[in-house]
Amino acid sequence: MEKQRVRLMNYASYIALIPLVPLATFVLLGLFGKKTLKPLAGIIGCTALFISTALAVYAAYHYFFTDGKTNGVYQAVFVNKVHWLQFSPSLSIDMEIMLDPISVMMLVVVTFVSLMVHIFSLGYMKGEERFGTYFSFLSLFTFSMLGLVMSANIFQIYIFWELVGLSSYLLIGFYYNKPAAVAASKKAFIVTRFADLGFLIGILILGFQADSFDFHTIIQRLTDVNSPQLIGIATASFLDISLLTWALTLIFIGGAGKSAMFPLHIWLPDAMEGPTPVSALIHAATMVVAGVFLVARLFPVFYINEAALVVVTWVGAISAFLAAIIACTQTDIKRVLAYSTMSQIGYMMFALGVSGYGGENGLGYTASMFHLFTHAFFKSLLFLCAGAIIHYVHSNDIKDMGGLRKYMPLTHLAFLIACLAIAGIPPFAGFFSKEEILLAASQSNSAIYYIALITSGITAFYMFRLYFSVFWKASPPAPLQRRGEEENHAEGSFSMKLPLVLLTIGTVGAGFIPFSQFISADGKSFASELHPGFSVLPVALALLGIFFAWNLYFRPSEKPGKMAASLGSLYRLAYKKFYIDELYLFITKKIIFNLVGRPAAWLDKNIVDGTMNGIAWTTGRISTAIKGIQSGRVQNYALWFFAGIIGLLLVLKFWMK
Amino acid sequence: MSSVPISHILILSTALFFIGLYGLFTRRNMITMLMAIELILNSVNINFVVFNKYLYPEKLDGIFFTLFIIAIAAAEAAVAIAIIINLYRSHKSIDVEEATEMKW
Amino acid sequence: MNLSLLVILPFATAIALLFTKGLKPARTISLTGAAAQLILGFVLLYFYLQERNAGNTAPMLFEDDYTWYAPLNIHYYIGVDGISIAMILLTAFVVISGVLVSWHVQKWSRDFFLLLAILSAGAYGFFISLDLFTLFFFLELAVIPKFLLIGIWGSGKKEYSAMRLALMLMAGSALIFVGLVGLYLNTDMGNGQHTFNIMQISQMNISESVQKIFFPFAFIGFGIFTALFPFHTWVPDGHSSAPTAASMFLAGISMKLGGYGCLRVATFLMPDAAQHYSWIIIVLACIAILYGAFATMMQTDLKYINAYSSVSHCGFVLLGIGMLTQTAILGAVMQMVSHGLMTALFFAGIGMIYDRTHTRQVAQLGGLLKAMPFISTIFVIAGLCSLGLPGLSGFAAEMTVFVGSWQNAGSFYRIATIIACASIVVTSVYILRATGKAIMGPLPIATGDVPSVTLTDAKWNEKLAAGLLVLGIVAIGVAPFWLTNLLTSGTEMIMQKIAAVVK
Repeated sequence: MEKQRVRLMNYASYIALIPLVPLATFVLLGLFGKKTLKPLAGIIGCTALFISTALAVYAAYHYFFTDGKTNGVYQAVFVNKVHWLQFSPSLSIDMEIMLDPISVMMLVVVTFVSLMVHIFSLGYMKGEERFGTYFSFLSLFTFSMLGLVMSANIFQIYIFWELVGLSSYLLIGFYYNKPAAVAASKKAFIVTRFADLGFLIGILILGFQADSFDFHTIIQRLTDVNSPQLIGIATASFLDISLLTWALTLIFIGGAGKSAMFPLHIWLPDAMEGPTPVSALIHAATMVVAGVFLVARLFPVFYINEAALVVVTWVGAISAFLAAIIACTQTDIKRVLAYSTMSQIGYMMFALGVSGYGGENGLGYTASMFHLFTHAFFKSLLFLCAGAIIHYVHSNDIKDMGGLRKYMPLTHLAFLIACLAIAGIPPFAGFFSKEEILLAASQSNSAIYYIALITSGITAFYMFRLYFSVFWKASPPAPLQRRGEEENHAEGSFSMKLPLVLLTIGTVGAGFIPFSQFISADGKSFASELHPGFSVLPVALALLGIFFAWNLYFRPSEKPGKMAASLGSLYRLAYKKFYIDELYLFITKKIIFNLVGRPAAWLDKNIVDGTMNGIAWTTGRISTAIKGIQSGRVQNYALWFFAGIIGLLLVLKFWMK
Repeated sequence: MSSVPISHILILSTALFFIGLYGLFTRRNMITMLMAIELILNSVNINFVVFNKYLYPEKLDGIFFTLFIIAIAAAEAAVAIAIIINLYRSHKSIDVEEATEMKW
Repeated sequence: MNLSLLVILPFATAIALLFTKGLKPARTISLTGAAAQLILGFVLLYFYLQERNAGNTAPMLFEDDYTWYAPLNIHYYIGVDGISIAMILLTAFVVISGVLVSWHVQKWSRDFFLLLAILSAGAYGFFISLDLFTLFFFLELAVIPKFLLIGIWGSGKKEYSAMRLALMLMAGSALIFVGLVGLYLNTDMGNGQHTFNIMQISQMNISESVQKIFFPFAFIGFGIFTALFPFHTWVPDGHSSAPTAASMFLAGISMKLGGYGCLRVATFLMPDAAQHYSWIIIVLACIAILYGAFATMMQTDLKYINAYSSVSHCGFVLLGIGMLTQTAILGAVMQMVSHGLMTALFFAGIGMIYDRTHTRQVAQLGGLLKAMPFISTIFVIAGLCSLGLPGLSGFAAEMTVFVGSWQNAGSFYRIATIIACASIVVTSVYILRATGKAIMGPLPIATGDVPSVTLTDAKWNEKLAAGLLVLGIVAIGVAPFWLTNLLTSGTEMIMQKIAAVVK
């Protein structure tokens, strides 16, 4: 017990600084970043993030190697509890920091990627009018995301969940005078907000049934077979589905919204309207994996509920597959990457879904977190490369690109490595994590395994389609050639190159980390080994995908067009993203607005308001009618007066006896 | 002496009252209305005198009231005529129908 | 601490205003008065907390009692608990911001500030009264200035709106009066005398049948003030025609009078009936919340948007009161404070935009962020608070209402809570639509849709006004425990009364 306290004190002294430093930066730059601090904004932001990153790495070292383990199991550590909002003796929102393997891992990922993006933005956003505001928003996002991963209370995570949503909204809409950006930011916020409604209701159900909003207590109570809370939530049902399933499914909807899972993914491609470094940070590496993180956070509870886990698995698998197909048809470089992100998150999701619990059975869990980790590196690398390319070409469309390898050698190399990584070619990071996922899937559910296998082939195809179209495929369009000659700005400044190099190193090296030693479903380390025999098939499929892409896109040719034509409506379907956007548009515009909003407004104007006006009108009419009595003629008054007296006399005479 | 029964006199005063009332309701000319009011007042005076005489001959209260009413009627006539004259000045008419401003 | 100062101060301001001429001295005096009120509010808070920390557990502090009219046992009886103090502080914040945004009222400026002072006196008096008659007196005092403020300084169809507002609020007052007098006549002091004293009535056992008769009068009466469906129709017209400061007062303070009355008078004094009618209140509140939100979605005028959203947000107050759990009631009070600050900020922002662009039509606005970043930021913050973003006050209040509502077992309450929760999505839709079109997007001025106007950003007075309100919103949003600690003793007292009723 004594030791425990000392340990807490160790963390307590600095861990809160990790999110608070970016928060301070946000406040500082938010207040003064418009004018006073504008030139310094980038430096301030980078310095702050550097401090956070250093602390996070130190904390990770501390946790994983020094004192995270008790009796061979990584324990969750809680520090700095603040009662934020007390609802009842047992239910409260507390602000508390929770350190366990996944949150520590996320701390490192978030701070590192954020630092890279900050540095990249120094060059990328140079000369931007709202330079200071941009960095303050980035800091706000980093703060919120760090808060999210460190949350110890399910309501606390909801709070930061909303805050990352806000920062995402602000950053997508950063170019606020572009109508497309405004629409995209609105869409992103509203779609995730809709999902958050599910999350909120799920929290209410889960929290009340477990009689706590605290993650640790919830998990403890709901995984203990004899606890009254588990019996309560598992036996109570609504529409013949147990409350536990409801709660977890609703919470998963929240996660699916944030992680752009089918069918709530529609906001992610549009979100690419934001500045590219933002896409790298928020919409590739960190915020979009929050849904995966949430499921992982509650994994012990998910594990005891088969139905919810099946939902997670299939939503993940369908998203992975669907997104991969759509990615093959898109021509906007960032949109391709966005769909690829969605597809990879699908992988992480179903990996959780097929995972078991405890020791090696928890391979799926470990694999999911591993993939989250490696994906953060290569996907943010891809986005930053895309940023560099867009910076150079001034266009998002791959039709405007080609042959760029000559002008951007460093970017070319980084992009190639990232593509190899995402395609799952050894020895790059993606290979290791993807192998683990496939292995976990094959051990539990063969249908999912085959979907995943095919998807990984498609992944290799569309990534290399992108790669060949951008960097090879004949000579670049004429204006680009000229630009390459006249200006010497080629690949951008040092600040834009440095992150690429660092992330490339990460992409190459991250796969070699023995992840299962550190992160597992129950905190116990286990050894995972590579199965060379198992890897042959996926790698062969990936190579096949690359070969197809090479065949079609290495040189300009008619083949891709012909193929698209021969696929006909199928191609159109994928190109139009399966018309899901149109479906949503129909529901919102036609049904919500026309059939709910308009009638509500009409009802208010005419019926409710009309009733009130009707009352006023009736009163008016009655008064007009009565007004006639008061004619102003004295003789009338006298007559009434006299009649009244007679009436009174009669009353007195006949009734008052 | 007491040859005239009280009912005769009361019939007279009642008749006088209703004649006055009729005049008040039907006439449009304010002077005539004023005269009608005088008739009503006088019918009341007759009642006072006659009840005093027949019911309490030893007292004089009824007579006093009569004198009082005559005095007030004189004052009232003076006020009424003043109003009528003012009305005539502003409306160029003493027709009561013309003066309907009271309803506002 | 003499509570009467809270009423005396605005009246003193009003009297001082009578001797002034012209805009400049009038606004200076008003601002001084408002600042003094704000300081007084904080002094009151300080003394209150000190008393509580010293272990004073009396339900009401700083009580004062003078007989006003002995034959009917009417007293001027005042005292405060945490709830009243929160409302007083809210009033003080809104008053000073209201004065600041009216800095350039040209027409009859002295009378304008005079009416504001009288209105605030009514509000303060209402929140400190513990005698039903005094309470009613101050409530009425706060109604008439609104009529004049809208009718004289308003815009659009101002006479119509002013008349409708006054008539509906008067109808509400009439209902309240029936409720109060009915309650009064059924009290018994033991010597055949009746009492208006709230604390004494709360100790008595008013029979359930009597409560059932008079509860609807009091609740609907106060409900009209706080936009109870279907008596909310004065809200959109009234708010949109009112001048900026009056809108702020109306939504920020006046609607809270109703909520406070529903809680302090109707629910606290007639708990049996509150229990009995709870389901009706919940149904009406849910309708107001969702239907208000949907109706907001279709509005095109910024003020109408905020007015309808007020209907929706005040639904949370009524929902919290109707749910009758301590957490829900706490949430209702928090929502009152939060909505008061937020909506005042919203109206201030809209007013500033209107002053410069001379239009409130969303379709005619655009890209304001470029021309006036400060005002736009204010608008966005108010919007985000409205849609319940964590870190701003709306979130803490709404979540408290939701959690409190969920405490009631039973599908009826659960479904009602889910309906209320669903409004957060609709809210975000209309807020983001308005923001996306008016604040962001390209400037329509550049394309010549609107006659070119010189758009300047906020002046010092506007910045100060908005800054104060934002400060309040952020303080509650970041550290809601301050507010809940202040309110808990008050809600506990009400809850004890409700809990005594056997379900």
